[in-house]
Amino acid sequence: MTRPRLVTGARLRYDEVREEHLLLIPEGAVKLNATAAEVLELCDGERSVDDIVGALSARYEGADLSGDVQELIDAMAQKGLVVDAAA
Amino acid sequence: MQLPRPLTLIAELSYQCPLHCPYCSNPLHIGGETYRHELETEHWIRAFQEARGLGVLQLALTGGEPMLRRDLVELCAGSRDAGLYSSLITAGTLFTRERAEALKVAGLDHVQISIQSPDPADNDRIAGNRSFEKKIAAAGFAKELDFPLTINCVLHRQNLDRIEELLDLTLALGAQRLELANTQYYGWAVANQEALMPSWEQLERAEEAVKRFRERVGPKVDVLWVLPDYFEDLPKPCMGGWGRTAMVVAPNGDVLPCQAASTIPGLEFANVRERPLAWIWNESDAFAHFRGTDWMQEPCRTCPLGRQEVDFGGCRCQALRLAGDAAATDPVCRFSPHHERVVAARTAEPTDEFVYRTMKRPRTLEIGSEP
Repeated sequence: MTRPRLVTGARLRYDEVREEHLLLIPEGAVKLNATAAEVLELCDGERSVDDIVGALSARYEGADLSGDVQELIDAMAQKGLVVDAAA
Repeated sequence: MQLPRPLTLIAELSYQCPLHCPYCSNPLHIGGETYRHELETEHWIRAFQEARGLGVLQLALTGGEPMLRRDLVELCAGSRDAGLYSSLITAGTLFTRERAEALKVAGLDHVQISIQSPDPADNDRIAGNRSFEKKIAAAGFAKELDFPLTINCVLHRQNLDRIEELLDLTLALGAQRLELANTQYYGWAVANQEALMPSWEQLERAEEAVKRFRERVGPKVDVLWVLPDYFEDLPKPCMGGWGRTAMVVAPNGDVLPCQAASTIPGLEFANVRERPLAWIWNESDAFAHFRGTDWMQEPCRTCPLGRQEVDFGGCRCQALRLAGDAAATDPVCRFSPHHERVVAARTAEPTDEFVYRTMKRPRTLEIGSEP
């Protein structure tokens, strides 16, 4: 995965009614925790995985989140929800 | 009891349709007085806003053919303003480049195009209309405009043997999803049961083909495949449970817990012209009637598998049709005293003759009375 992006048609939103982060996809919704929503927001097809880790690390006082980020992106890619913009 | 929040609003914008599919899930009396007076634009837009307030996230714009609504662009904009994720479920014949662009600009999120068969002549025979080439063109426009594209195909005896071609066509069209919906026997499909009921062998071959395709193609195409009810011996949670996840608004504004609920006698459907959607969801008779588990009879009441909250007793319309009682256990269930009717239907004498969906009243067929 060089430059991850959300698959065509997937949209992040915060649902004020349920008070939770969601990834809306054709005819479905995937529940996300706040961190996952933050990672996916950075999956813009421009940033590399390292860029995403770096951006998050800067927000969280240098914490190393590379394992978590990679794991989430892999899981989302396996479901077809994140694709490689470079592919 | 804490009431569940709905996720999906199924907006049946119009029962008019250029196609005549013999498995259509619309009611048999679509041509009658009941549905002649369709909702106005402002009714729909208000319903979308009220739906969001209730928790709805997904809006299915369907019909009939939703592209026949002249205000479809306004409705898509209304959906976007309300904060819903909108899907257009269309036969594709009216999805021209120009209209597709207008829908994109208005904020339509997703396009789902039906195909009756991957073989052009077969497609047109099943649809009762020359439509294959237009559908393929429509899929092309959806891709050019960067819509996520779903292809759906209702499967039955007459097209199951072409599943490999269908999978290849889906891939060639660049669709992200393929919805393989095995025919459910409601609406017009009931009148065509012998022409549509597949054999075990057909289903098994199709399931194998789907499995091979998934292995070959991976997550690039999401293939939805569900074994049809009549070949199961435990029921599915119809609509995710009555009044639990979805509501259907018919073209005249009646709000139903499922597309076929109008066949159930004695249910009173509230209308969005007269009542707020929240009242309809929370208070109305139709939604309260089979919600939860209190209404259940035996064998559901003491289900030996404890599946009351798993399948919610299955499908009420199927129970009505096969057991004569909408509150009975769905006869798909092996514990139903009427299960043998489902088993018998699997091996009924097949026919290739269709009774096509029409807004006119057919002369040759007894299709039930006008409500």
